[in-house]
Amino acid sequence: MPSSVDEVDRIPLSARPEWSDVRPVPQDDGPNPVAPIAYRDDFRETMDYFRAVYLADERSRRAVDLTTEAIGMNPGNYTVWHFRRVVLESLNADLHEERDFLDRMTMRNAKNYQIWHHRRWLAEKLGPEVANKELEFTKSILDLDAKNYHAWSHRQWVLQSLGGWENELDYCCMLLEDDIFNNSAWNQRYFVITRSPLLGGLQAMRDSEVGYTTEAILANPPNESPWRYLRGLYKGNASQLISDNRVSELCLKVLKTSNSCRFALGLLLDLLCYGFQPSEELRAVVEALRNSEQDTVSSNLAATVCLILEITDPMRSNYWAWRRNNLPSQVR
Amino acid sequence: MSEVAGGSLPRSDSSVAMESSPPSSSTSSSPPSPSDGPRRLTVTQLEQLKVEEEVFEIYRILRGIAPHTQSFMLELWRDAHIEFLTRGLGLLGPSYHVLDANRPWLCYWIIHSIALLGEPLDSELEDSVVEFLSRCEDKYGGYGGGPGQMPHLATTYAAVNTLVTLGSEMALSSINRASMLKFLLRMKDSSGAFRMHDGGEIDVRACYTAISVASILNVLDVELVKDLGNYILRLPTNDKNLKPPRNQICQTYEGGIAGEPGSEAHGGYTFCGLAAMILINEADRLDLPSLVDWVASRQGVECGFQGRVNKLVDGCYSFWQGGALVLAQRLSPILHKQLESFFIGGVQASVACNKSCNITTGETDLDGNLCGAGTSHAKIEGLSDFGFSFIEKQTECGPLFQSIALQQYILLCSQVLEGGFKDKPGKQRDFYHSCYCLSGLSVSQHSCSKDPSVPPPTRAVLGPYANLLEPVHPLYNVVLNKYYKSHEFFSRL
Repeated sequence: MPSSVDEVDRIPLSARPEWSDVRPVPQDDGPNPVAPIAYRDDFRETMDYFRAVYLADERSRRAVDLTTEAIGMNPGNYTVWHFRRVVLESLNADLHEERDFLDRMTMRNAKNYQIWHHRRWLAEKLGPEVANKELEFTKSILDLDAKNYHAWSHRQWVLQSLGGWENELDYCCMLLEDDIFNNSAWNQRYFVITRSPLLGGLQAMRDSEVGYTTEAILANPPNESPWRYLRGLYKGNASQLISDNRVSELCLKVLKTSNSCRFALGLLLDLLCYGFQPSEELRAVVEALRNSEQDTVSSNLAATVCLILEITDPMRSNYWAWRRNNLPSQVR
Repeated sequence: MSEVAGGSLPRSDSSVAMESSPPSSSTSSSPPSPSDGPRRLTVTQLEQLKVEEEVFEIYRILRGIAPHTQSFMLELWRDAHIEFLTRGLGLLGPSYHVLDANRPWLCYWIIHSIALLGEPLDSELEDSVVEFLSRCEDKYGGYGGGPGQMPHLATTYAAVNTLVTLGSEMALSSINRASMLKFLLRMKDSSGAFRMHDGGEIDVRACYTAISVASILNVLDVELVKDLGNYILRLPTNDKNLKPPRNQICQTYEGGIAGEPGSEAHGGYTFCGLAAMILINEADRLDLPSLVDWVASRQGVECGFQGRVNKLVDGCYSFWQGGALVLAQRLSPILHKQLESFFIGGVQASVACNKSCNITTGETDLDGNLCGAGTSHAKIEGLSDFGFSFIEKQTECGPLFQSIALQQYILLCSQVLEGGFKDKPGKQRDFYHSCYCLSGLSVSQHSCSKDPSVPPPTRAVLGPYANLLEPVHPLYNVVLNKYYKSHEFFSRL
């Protein structure tokens, strides 16, 4: 929405001499439009002039200026953005100026698809020289909302296409230090350890990452993010997941201290389904969690885990019952 | 829900919803810090606590009142919703100019909502909608956000679903299917994914809307499907020789699906990715157990769904997440197979996994592509029919979420008494949330029916039975009988 200052200062296009040669094209809404919008005069006029230059495919400086006005009034109009790119390319315009314009627009509309798409187009044109600036910029957006989906996607694109990986793991650490529940930061961490050309990939990072994640879980067992991350570290490698003692020991430790943590039990269930052989101690801890009312005596630990979850995690009782009924035949 | 496979009856979900004395949520308990003393609450925790407080206050009121008043509180305010929605089709105020490039969406959100409520539309109004949407149709195919705007996949999806919902001969025949196919092919990217518009962004939304439109109009072809699965899926294997590289696919390590490769798993994209994969008959290439685990975990103590891990509940995810679980329910044979293949015992993990994948997906070559003339030919034959056969098959699997609890969140926390629905207490109503809260309410009410065209039992509907909404086809999110009508129409063409 334009600020009131813009509105007061705005000279109608029809009163500007540089536009006197253009005949505005009204919107063809038909005789019985549905959900018609009661446009304000300035909006209607701007769009009427936009349609005129768009239809005439006029690639001029004033066309760019007109799109600036139209975008200011409705940044969601992808046709206007698209035409702006077409014209800027034709004019070989100074794209650094475009960046300043876009910074201002993004600050005001941080969750708009078109703005971020335009930003990606622009950064691609400007190339690796703007990598750090783009990373700085997304940081300034994430400072305001650390989970802004568009900002994260753009940041990942910048890293992959333009580079700038050097401090990314530190950045993730900083955000997680600030808010260990920030799942977007965990996701970014996964992105970095699996894709950064400087780190050697998942295999090389797994060991130290398991350590970091275990610590985060023990500090906050009810935080789902590190639990998902931990499984991610063994993605596609179940045999390593069940053979790494640190994973089962973590489950044991958490279940001993924080009763019926659903994430610990859920992970244990998957371990058992993969064929993990639990220690006597782990078995005993799980058995102890079982409600005495449950007379279903089962020698099957996986089924027992499901039964415990059906009671202690009522929002997912259907899901856990379904898991219990779909255990692999070998662990049934 | 005695239909739950295995016959053992979990506690009825109403007891979860009504009695839930707010347990400490995943993020609200203050984090125990063994070493460095008490810590301040993080932003995530503070925001979560605030929402929990507001929601639990509403539930406390519900628990404290007489049963007949409870039933009154749980009523769906049909008349108020219809009035709010119908007014939306009339003149909208100047502040709606921010939706000036989303006008077919306004049509879909409103008209689909009215159809869910089982309310007929004035036939003159119907004709105006058809006429108006024709003005949004591009001469080279597809629909734009308003008259004269470029065609865009999202508004194309909204326009087509609106016309299917109207269902008249005039509405259905107004769509130019030949040019539509050309438009969809033009949006197809070499990666297998789709872009939203000429020069537009590529993501899973674009994939879903393109495939949904092609499928419902019976124009889905091999070209449109090519390599799409490779963009969305996550191979359940660690074999580095398999393409696509693990890092260029949208199903994430969390289990849900992201907007584009590398991003965070998200409810909206998870629905889109799963629905698209089902429509092209490649759902078995997803890691479905981890997807279902992720989605089921998104229903929180507030009884509604959140869109991502450690984010706030939002009524619109009632459809995106609830709908994804309703889709998964109908995939239970594939899920069963994939869960069965979990067990690796002493065998090396990836090998065992590969084998089982081939059982379910047909042979895959080293590029991860389907091969063997027989398989791919069978897949190509009735490409547009997967949406139809999906809903025709009965499901033996009960709901994978707490349907009554979800209905409670929608009716008490999202419903606005003056009409319409909102994200959560403290927010404003809008047409988007009205559409997706009602869609979520519908899939929830019908989630325990084996056959969606059979009305659910009384216990499946929270509040008065008159709350019952029309069932939807969950892959397209259009009212089921409207879908059948359009299916009949387009299969004749």
